Amino acid sequence: MALIKEIDYGTPASASSDVVTLTIDGQQVTVPAGTSIMHAAMQMGTQIPKLCATDSLNSFGSCRLCLVEIEGRPGTPASCTTPVAPGITVRTQTPRLAQLRRGVMELYISDHPLDCLTCAANGDCELQDMAGAVGLREVRYGYGGANHFAAAKDVSNPYFQFDPAKCIVCSRCVRACEEVQGTFALTIDGRGFASKVAAGAAEPFFESECVSCGACVQACPTATLIEKSVVATGQPEHSIVTTCAYCGVGCTFKAEMRGEEVVRMVPWKDGRANHGHSCVKGRFAWGYAMHRERILTPMVREKTTDPWRVTTWQEAIGRVADEFRRIQRQYGRDAIGGITSSRCTNEETYLVQKLVRAGFGNNNVDTCARVCHSPTGYGLNATFGTSAGTQDFDSIEDTDVVMIVGANPTDAHPVFGSRMKRRLRAGARLIVIDPRRIDLVRSPHVEAQYHLPLRPGSNVAVLNAMAHVIVTEGLVNEAFVRERCDLASFGAWAEFIAEPRNGPAEAEKASGVPAQTIIDAARLYATGGNAAIYYGLGVTEHSQGTTTVMAIANLAMATGNIGRRGVGVNPLRGQNNVQGSCDMGSFPHEFTGYRHVGDDAVRASFEAAWGRTLEQEPGLRIPNMLDEAVGGRFKGLYVQGEDILQSDPDTHHVAAGLAAMECVVVQDLFLNETANYAHVFLPGSTFLERDGTFTNAERRIQRIRRVMAPRAGMADWEVTIEIARAMGLAMDYRDPSEIMDEIARLTPTFAGVSFAKLDALGSVQWPCNETVPEGTPIMHTERFVRGAGQFMLTEYQPTDERSTRRFPLLLTTGRILSQYNVGAQTRRTNNVLWHEEDRLEIHPADAEARGVRSGDWVRLSSRAGETTLRAQVTDRVAPGVVYTTFHHPMTQANVVTTEFSDWATNCPEYKVTAVQVTPSNGPTEWQTRYEEQARQSRRILAEAAD
Amino acid sequence: MSHDEKLDYMANQIGKFFAAQGEERAVPAIAEHLRKFWTPRMRATIVARLQSDAARLDPLPRRAVERLAAQGAAPDSATAAVP
Repeated sequence: MALIKEIDYGTPASASSDVVTLTIDGQQVTVPAGTSIMHAAMQMGTQIPKLCATDSLNSFGSCRLCLVEIEGRPGTPASCTTPVAPGITVRTQTPRLAQLRRGVMELYISDHPLDCLTCAANGDCELQDMAGAVGLREVRYGYGGANHFAAAKDVSNPYFQFDPAKCIVCSRCVRACEEVQGTFALTIDGRGFASKVAAGAAEPFFESECVSCGACVQACPTATLIEKSVVATGQPEHSIVTTCAYCGVGCTFKAEMRGEEVVRMVPWKDGRANHGHSCVKGRFAWGYAMHRERILTPMVREKTTDPWRVTTWQEAIGRVADEFRRIQRQYGRDAIGGITSSRCTNEETYLVQKLVRAGFGNNNVDTCARVCHSPTGYGLNATFGTSAGTQDFDSIEDTDVVMIVGANPTDAHPVFGSRMKRRLRAGARLIVIDPRRIDLVRSPHVEAQYHLPLRPGSNVAVLNAMAHVIVTEGLVNEAFVRERCDLASFGAWAEFIAEPRNGPAEAEKASGVPAQTIIDAARLYATGGNAAIYYGLGVTEHSQGTTTVMAIANLAMATGNIGRRGVGVNPLRGQNNVQGSCDMGSFPHEFTGYRHVGDDAVRASFEAAWGRTLEQEPGLRIPNMLDEAVGGRFKGLYVQGEDILQSDPDTHHVAAGLAAMECVVVQDLFLNETANYAHVFLPGSTFLERDGTFTNAERRIQRIRRVMAPRAGMADWEVTIEIARAMGLAMDYRDPSEIMDEIARLTPTFAGVSFAKLDALGSVQWPCNETVPEGTPIMHTERFVRGAGQFMLTEYQPTDERSTRRFPLLLTTGRILSQYNVGAQTRRTNNVLWHEEDRLEIHPADAEARGVRSGDWVRLSSRAGETTLRAQVTDRVAPGVVYTTFHHPMTQANVVTTEFSDWATNCPEYKVTAVQVTPSNGPTEWQTRYEEQARQSRRILAEAAD
Repeated sequence: MSHDEKLDYMANQIGKFFAAQGEERAVPAIAEHLRKFWTPRMRATIVARLQSDAARLDPLPRRAVERLAAQGAAPDSATAAVP
C-alpha cells in the first residue's frame, strides 16, 4: 500500500461537448472547449508550476508561477486563467519562463520561514515542491527584510491550526470556503504586504462562523492551515479509500495512515457522492475509535442491577445462544427478536435479519429506520413502486427550483448542503417548508424565494394546498400524466385535491402559512423549470408521515418532475446506511429488495438458500416489541449498533419494555443507554476496523475498508456469525464479499453487485443487474418501477397531539452540524466544543411570557414526561414552537416525546409534542435518578477474564 | 393507552387514511394493510376486540376487522416449534 496522490489538474474540468486541439510543448492535445491551458497540459502529463491553482477551485491567476508562452501572442499569460484555443502553440518551459518563475519564488521564499526539516508539512508542501520545480537556488533579497515570521499562530480550532507566518496569501483557503463549502467565513484582510487571511471579523477560527469542514486545510499548499493530527503524528505513509460512517451523504475518504494509526481523513476527489469535500464530522470526528470509553471485551451479568463481569467471547456468545433458546422454549418462538442498525454495513444487517428469520425462526427483526424513514418506504413504494430516492446528488446541477421539506441539509447533510448552496448561488431558486428558519432560508449569497414556516403537524395541509393550486390553475403536466401515470388514480386525485377544503385558505388555517405564500410557492414549483424535492425527517416523523411522502410524490408526478436529471423526489437519509439497512430486509414484513415475506416464490428462494423453513407472517416492529415486552410476551432482544433507549420515543415506555426482558444483548462501541438494561454486552467495531459496504441516500453502494484490526478481536459481522453458529445456524462466510455475493444471488436489484465491481468502478447505484450492469443514477426514466405512477389520496388529518392550556407549545426536534444522532460517537470527540449540551430554542415572545432568558435552565414537560435543559432565545422558531436536539443522554429529549406514530409504519411523531416550558432550578427527579442508575449500571468488576 | 387500546387507535388511524378512497375500496385496503404489516397475534387481538370492545373501532376499520375475522383467524406462530 502506498499513499494515494490524486492528480491535481489545477483548474476544474470543462463540461463542454465541443473540443479544441492545440499544441503544448510540441505535442498535440485535444480537450473540451473552455479547458484551461494548465488543465490541458496536465492531461498530457505536463505539470506547469502553480501555487494558487487547484482543480477544486476556479482559476484565480494570482501566484504568477504558471506563466506560459503562446506563439504569436505577446507576454506570458497565466495558464490557469487562459483557455485553450484551436491551433495555438504553447510552451511551458523556456529560459524566459524559468527566470520569471524563479523570480516569483524568490519573493515568496524571502518571506517564508525556512524550517522545512521541522515543519509538519515537510514532504507534503507545494511551496517546497515548487521551489524544487523552478530550480530555486538562492534568494537574492536575503531574509532580513520585513516579514511575517512573528505572526501568532491561531490554535483555537480543535482540529487544525493556522500559522500566518507560513501563509503565501494564495487565497486558496478563502476560495475553498466560498466555492466549495459556501460559508464565506474567510477573507483576505488588508492590502499589499499587510494582506492576511482572516476568519470572520478577524476572530480566532473557533469563534468565527467557520464550520470546520476542513476545505481550507485541504486547499492550503503550505503548512499554514494543517491538521493538528499531522502536527502531532507526522506525515502518513499509506492510504486506504473508505466511506464515512456518519450521515446519508456517504462521503468517501482516504484514510491516511501510519501503520494502524489514522493520521488524517482526506475526502477522496473521485468520491461520487462528495467529490472531494467533507464536513467537520467526517473529516475530523473519528477520534471516538480510540476513545478510552471503548469497551473492548465481552461482558455479562445476571441482572441489570449487577456490575458487568468481563468475560471471553466464547462465554458471551454461549450465554446469548443459551438464553435465547431458553426463552423460546419457555415463552414461544416469537418471544425474541433483533434490531439492525443503519450504522452497520449492508452485510452486517443482512446477517442479523438472516439470524432472526432463519435462526430465531420468526420475523421479529426491525431497524432504526423504523424511527426515521420507514414512511419513505411505504409512501414511495405505493406511488412509484420502490423505496428509494430517485436521483443522484449530481442531478442538482440541472435543478432550477429546489424545494426542501422538513430537512436541514447544511446541518444534517452538510456536504450535499454545500452542493445545494453552490447551485443556489448559480441561480436556482429555493422554497423551504419548515417550521424553523433553517440556515438555507438566508445565508451568504443564498436566500429562499419562499419560506413556509408551517405549524408542526400541518405538512399534508400545505402540500395538498400546493397541489390544489397546480390542479385548479391548470399547471398539471398533462402530457407526463397521460404517458406515465395511472389515469384513473390521477382523475380521482385531481377531483379530490381540487375540493375547496384542500385549498390554500384552509391550509392557512391549519398551518399558519399565508395562503398567498402557498400559492406563490406552488406556482414556482410547477413552472420554474426543473424542480427537485429534498425532504427529511420533518416529513416522515409525523402521524401523517407516510401521507406526506405520498403528497410529495403526487406533486412530482403532477408536474412531470420525475424521471430525468434535475428533478425528482429525494429523501435525505439521516444515518450512513439507512438506505442499505432497509434494502437488506431489516423490516419485519419483507426480505431484501422490499419483497414481502408472504410472497411464496420469494420466500422459497430464501428457504432454498438458507436451508430453513421460514415464517410467512410479518414480525414485530420495534414499538410492537416493546409493547409485547411490557405485556410479558417478548423476552429477548439482540440490538446491534443501536441505542433505542436514547433514540426512540417515550423513553419511559422504552425503559419499561427493556426492563421487562430477560436477555437483552447489546453490541456496540460503548456502554450506551440501552446497555443499562442489557445482560450481555458484545463489543462492536468501528467503520475503520471492518470491510463491507454502505448504501447512501442516492442508492450508491460503496465500500468501507478495514484500515486497522478490530480492536476487540472480531468485526461485527463475525460476531453475528458466531451467535448464529451457537444457535445451530451455519453461516460460512470467509469475508464480507461472500455475504454480498449471497445478497446479489437472492436480490434482483443487487444481482450485478460484487466487491470486485465496486473496487473497479468505485461505486454503483442500485438497481444494478444484467440490464443495468453499472447501476442506475436516476430512476423511473422510462416508466415507474410499478409501471404507471399511482396518485394517492392524501386527506389531511390533524395529529391528535395538540397544544392545550396545560401544554401550550409545540416541540419539534432535530440535529446540529457538529453532532450525530444520539451522539455516541461525536460526543467522544472534540465536536463537543461546539455543542456540549442540548438547548431549547424558544421564541422571544414565548420566553418573555415565561421570564426565560438565553442560558437559563428550563423545565420542558409533556404528558409523557419532563426534562430540563438550557434555553436559547431565538426567532429562528415561530411563536408557539420550541425546538431541541437529542444528542445528549442526560437531556433525553425523548423523555418528552409521545407514543403517537405514523399510521402506516409506526414511525414516531417526534416532530410534534405539546409541551410547557417553565423556569427551572436544576435537573428533574427523573434525570437525577437516571444519572445514578446509569452510573450504577456501568460498573465493571475489576477482575479480568481468564 | 393499554396495549389493546393502542391497537384500536392504530386501526382507526389506518382507517382514516383509507377513508378518502370510499368504503368500497377502503375496507379491503385496511384489511390488506393489517394482513401485510401486523403480526398474527396483533390481528387476533384486534379480531377479539370485535367481541369485547367493538365500539372503540371506527366504522371502516371495524368492517375491515370483520372481514379479517370472516377470512379466518390468523395463524398463531407463537406456538410453533423452535428451530
